[in-house]
Amino acid sequence: MTDYLLDLSGVTKAYPGVVANDDVSLRIAPGEVHALLGENGAGKSTLVKMIYGLVKPDAGQMQMHGQSYAPTDPHAARQAGVGMVFQHFSLFDALSVAENIALGMENPPKMRELSQQIRDVSDTYGLPLSPDRIVGDLSAGERQRVEIIRCLLQEPKLLIMDEPTSVLTPQEVEILFKTLRKLSAEGTAILYISHKLEEIRSLCDSATILRLGKVVGHCTPRETSARDMAEMMVGSALKTPTRESKEPGKVVLTLDKLSARSDSAFGMPLREISVEVRCGEVLGIGGVAGNGQDELLNALSGETLVSPGMLTFDGRDIGLFGPTSRRALGVLTAPEERLGHAAVPDMSLTENAMLTGAAREGLERGGMLDWAKARSFAEKIIEAFDVRTPGPGNAARSLSGGNLQKFVIGREVLQRPELLVVNQPTWGVDASAAAAIRQALLDLASGGTAVIVISQDLDELMEISDNFAALNEGRLSPPRPAQGLTVEEIGLMMGGAHGMEVADV
Amino acid sequence: MDLSAINPLLFVAGFLVAATPLIFAAIGELVVEKSGVLNLGVEGMMITGAICGFATAVETGSPLLGFAAAAVGGAALSLLFAFLTQVTLANQVASGLSLTLFGLGLSALIGQSYVGIKPPRLGDIDFGPLADIPVIGPILFTHDIILYLGIALVAGVWAVLKFTRAGLILRAVGESHDAAHALGYKVKRIRTAAILFGGACAGLGGAYISLIRVPQWTEGMTAGIGWIALALVVFASWKPWRALLGAYLFGGITQLQLNLQGAGVAIPVEYLAMSPYIITIIVLVVLSADKSAAPASLGRTFHASN
Repeated sequence: MTDYLLDLSGVTKAYPGVVANDDVSLRIAPGEVHALLGENGAGKSTLVKMIYGLVKPDAGQMQMHGQSYAPTDPHAARQAGVGMVFQHFSLFDALSVAENIALGMENPPKMRELSQQIRDVSDTYGLPLSPDRIVGDLSAGERQRVEIIRCLLQEPKLLIMDEPTSVLTPQEVEILFKTLRKLSAEGTAILYISHKLEEIRSLCDSATILRLGKVVGHCTPRETSARDMAEMMVGSALKTPTRESKEPGKVVLTLDKLSARSDSAFGMPLREISVEVRCGEVLGIGGVAGNGQDELLNALSGETLVSPGMLTFDGRDIGLFGPTSRRALGVLTAPEERLGHAAVPDMSLTENAMLTGAAREGLERGGMLDWAKARSFAEKIIEAFDVRTPGPGNAARSLSGGNLQKFVIGREVLQRPELLVVNQPTWGVDASAAAAIRQALLDLASGGTAVIVISQDLDELMEISDNFAALNEGRLSPPRPAQGLTVEEIGLMMGGAHGMEVADV
Repeated sequence: MDLSAINPLLFVAGFLVAATPLIFAAIGELVVEKSGVLNLGVEGMMITGAICGFATAVETGSPLLGFAAAAVGGAALSLLFAFLTQVTLANQVASGLSLTLFGLGLSALIGQSYVGIKPPRLGDIDFGPLADIPVIGPILFTHDIILYLGIALVAGVWAVLKFTRAGLILRAVGESHDAAHALGYKVKRIRTAAILFGGACAGLGGAYISLIRVPQWTEGMTAGIGWIALALVVFASWKPWRALLGAYLFGGITQLQLNLQGAGVAIPVEYLAMSPYIITIIVLVVLSADKSAAPASLGRTFHASN
């Protein structure tokens, strides 16, 4: 089968307690755009890591152009013509663009020549990028360009992209797809991993679907509906979140020209954010990562205090209240970072339940902790949100991402909040767990709670929000009813394409 | 009090000597920290280098062999640190502190029979007529080879970090070990090499104290220079030339306070003795306004599965 660029047969990789890939076979022809689909933990990342030489398979054959291919490390993979754009960017914030690119090349030329090459490639593919800028100052879209150009300079035969669009605006996605189609027309094969099925339908020629480490099917994305693909991934029918329509109640939270500085060096300050949220309303806040999402959550949770008059909750000025006082009033938050911010990784679920539930659930009396009560609270969360874990005594770290996410959202939802703020509630969570979390948020709103959902997943926001606003460089656009908003309108609210140009070659 | 007793030429030449141990220790630790590792064992590696160098120089009669042995001794001790932090993934702060305590004890044990002995002297380099230039000659051209090696080392480290691929990879590993690993760089190997370099430099610095600056052996004679080196790296914002400047500042004030003591200034000796530490730290704190310069992975344990 020498027509294929890459031919995997019977590839198997086991980790202690879990088989990540079980007898996986995959074929990619030159110039083909091949999608790899599957839920979290289906083994997609392990498979591409084997192709990129980061992980060695236990059994099975890999062939490239009919020759045996067994890269021992990423250097060997790059020499064989494989490039990879990582899900979590593999970039160095404090180094310049050119230095970052040099680090990912086998035989980088002198810095001055490299800068010229970077300019040439970025012109050819319509990805403008200045080689001298420090990566920490770049937007998410620009960072991804750094990774892509790093791969393109090696003239790869196979380009692996692991969830490349999760941090891009719709306009930036369009530019990326134009670049990818151009590459594919030039004969470069692309292995594309994404949860976004509509994107896969528009971009990919063929798809392989993984479930629990096994190949469970192939399909042609253009001829298969997104729902069918999702059900092949999950292995069962999907439930779509539903809600009863209800008139919104009185205004419960008012932000009046809220401004705050960022705590981190590469953060984004908030600039004069004004918005009102009503009882029973779901306000969706979209925007590309790094435009003030974390800072907004911190300002609402009380981790960052703001000046008097900027933040009013239920008639009270809470700008100078800390997180515990705000929790007592019913302002609850669930931050994005599950391990380390929302939950303490090495503490048990009972202890984690105690940490945010102490005040509202009466788990603490006069400084003494009521562990029995905390344990039953944790058990209640586990049961109500179908968290898969042996018990509340297990460490938060031992849960899979989706399960822990259900736990941290459930922990706040069950505390009967008056206002709930969540950031990326379904980030990295598979389709069925995401549906369960969204349903819980909608049920909460139906009960009269004001809910603010900050997310980069626009489909999610459109599904559950009453009103939609976008964060761009620390500013919030005026909210608009989510019903009837088009993708173009949302993209413009999010700041358009951040000055990127479309490849017109 | 008689300030005229202080000879400015001898004073400047003296503070170059006083600063040299600090330069070695600081530039070594700077490289270690640039790779993302915090080794608090500098003091222990210095004192180990001091006794290894002293003992070897006394036994062989060759000060240069002594310096070579000091570098080997410091590197050997740092290998223990590398094993603890890179292989067994032990906490870097605790490992570094125990390294210092271990080094102080080990050096006292080795040094028992060397107390009160004079080591062979390392001669100054003969610059010929250059040494006869007024003012500049006695200050710059009347030193031993190790002092010049220290300055060359600073220049070398600066150039390697700034201009070479090896330096870029070292900085990358210190900046984000996960990203470096994902690109296929051997994080542990690179860090171990950096730790060994840091150990060898600290050993040389220690031997410079026991063979040239003091020259004799007493227990705990490094007297906190290793800790000053650690502070110097941070306050110098991980920049080699700024570390050199800080070392000269510290050396200069040390020399000045010794001279003032000799001249009988009416300030209690304790205040004079603490002045170099205080002034160096104050100046460097003021200089180190740009706080983002710390390597982002500094002190974090790397494990490939993370």
